[in-house]
Amino acid sequence: MNPSSYIVLSAVLFSIGAVGVLLRRNALVVFMCVELMLNAANLAFVTFARTNGALDGQVTAFFVMVVAAAEVVVGLAIIMMIYRSRRSASVDDASLLKL
Amino acid sequence: MTGEAVAFWIIAPITVLGAIGLVASRKAVHSALWLAVTMIGLAVLYISQDAPFLGVVQVIVYTGAVMMLFLFVIMLVGVDASDSLVETLRGQRVAAVLAGLGFAAVLVSAVSRATIGDPVPGEELNAAGNVEGLASLIFSDYLFAFEVTSALLITAAVGALVLALQPNVFPKKSQREQAIERFRPVDGDFSGATGLPAPGVLARHNAVGTPALLPDGTPSEASYSRVLRAREALEDGEGQQ
Repeated sequence: MNPSSYIVLSAVLFSIGAVGVLLRRNALVVFMCVELMLNAANLAFVTFARTNGALDGQVTAFFVMVVAAAEVVVGLAIIMMIYRSRRSASVDDASLLKL
Repeated sequence: MTGEAVAFWIIAPITVLGAIGLVASRKAVHSALWLAVTMIGLAVLYISQDAPFLGVVQVIVYTGAVMMLFLFVIMLVGVDASDSLVETLRGQRVAAVLAGLGFAAVLVSAVSRATIGDPVPGEELNAAGNVEGLASLIFSDYLFAFEVTSALLITAAVGALVLALQPNVFPKKSQREQAIERFRPVDGDFSGATGLPAPGVLARHNAVGTPALLPDGTPSEASYSRVLRAREALEDGEGQQ
């Protein structure tokens, strides 16, 4: 099967994630859209690993997953902290970096 | 049509549907569930592309750990918190959708014109086995990156702890202070030393909301739960609903 359909799917998912980051106001949903973009990039990595006949792409996708997990932990902690001080998880309310 | 193509044309629309649901649903919980659909679909696509290890890791790490973390934070922040539909920047929504469509068009047209080589058959790609091949790469060429990853994970865990911990509002009482407080007579009465009566003692129910009854049948003030009193959820002394 033609691997370019996987790449097209990856591009479509990435674009949907980017639109979500631009559209949504809830910080948690914005964060989920970032995760979707990372996953789309992973799909492209896995597909290119297969077309190149080497596993390096899969290793890179693996590292992307690790970094994404670390990013989620810290990001959610920051969202929790902002929510605690402002009682809101909207990115509009956090337009200033101070209280 | 090969089996892989059949799997792709079934899974790909589901993943795109999940992604659109993520962006379009108003409640954060629904977004999280749609994202889980997309991630499981991607795991299937990984497995069908001769990457079984990544497929399993995708299910365990993303749909298992990351999505649970998201759901926990949504529970803490408030499940029913939904996005406001008020536009803070005029025309931003239309502009964002247009930009996204344009971006997708550019990406898709560029990708579909590019010449991508034929896929290498799985027996050749995973000649030594998928997990074995990945392990020999990670622990040789990518060893330094792997070690740096461990430092990153520890830093992230400690950072999350530091950010999420909240200091005590009142200093914690030591055992000595607690003992002194307990045995100090209030108006010459030492009854605090025996401990407070448990709720529901001698009453008709032993639920926390039912106060204990004194020998004369009146409810004991001391057995009221402080939290329930604040919520005004206490029952009367008879233990009736």
